[in-house]
Amino acid sequence: MVARVRIPDVVRRGQPFDVRIAIQHVMETGFRFDDSGRTIARNVIHTLVARYDGVEVYRAELGSGIAANPYLQFWITAPASGVLELSWIDDAGVAGSERVPVTVRD
Amino acid sequence: MAADTPMKGRRRDVLALALAGGSGLLPLLPPGAAQAQMPTAPPPLGSGYALLVPKATQGAPVRAGRVTVDAPTLADNGHSVPVRIVVQSAMQPDDHVRSITLLSDRNPRPVIMKAWLGPRAGRAELATRVRLNGTQRILALAEMSDGTWWSGEADVVVTESACLDGS
Repeated sequence: MVARVRIPDVVRRGQPFDVRIAIQHVMETGFRFDDSGRTIARNVIHTLVARYDGVEVYRAELGSGIAANPYLQFWITAPASGVLELSWIDDAGVAGSERVPVTVRD
Repeated sequence: MAADTPMKGRRRDVLALALAGGSGLLPLLPPGAAQAQMPTAPPPLGSGYALLVPKATQGAPVRAGRVTVDAPTLADNGHSVPVRIVVQSAMQPDDHVRSITLLSDRNPRPVIMKAWLGPRAGRAELATRVRLNGTQRILALAEMSDGTWWSGEADVVVTESACLDGS
């Protein structure tokens, strides 16, 4: 799964900064039908977790009400430089993750 | 032109037939059938939350306030509507937002998303893009670290529902 993660160029110690993530995913609702009239199985990214140096800082449970190619923005603070790891999984069991190094400035 | 005359006559005949057929059919319909086919008025905005909110909060009381839902007043397309939720909170270890839930009372699955955050978030704010099944009032719930629940809402007029193509 292709995903783009953006964080600000400058991250200050203890100051909240925003994380923006966009994942390429159909977010199939399970309410649509294919050409032969069969239901297309639901397949959405149901969980996304953000960890900073291994500590969970944000978790989101998503449903079919989230638009295709889900975009999420949230805030975290960094006490020190480290690695922000975002991981997610969809109904088909396909998981994805992104690692973003964060350099904290005073 | 001579060729026009039979054409005009034929068109009039067809119209006359259609009118006669139409007026002949109408008495067959039971009285009140025309009214029955009129679309019924939609329920008032946000009327579905009386049932949905207690389910989301597990019965905890909810107070209005501290939550701002920012969404466009008019969305041309229900497939992707930007929504921003901001909760007033100091976001300190002893006073922070524990979770934010976004609900829709007209979507087939009412819980659009639920996010868990903590004092590490620093700011109780999130943004995403949602699907909306028609004009409605969307509602956001915030659970604080002291166990209280707060809510905020926004009305969105959706011109084209996300569910028109069955999605």
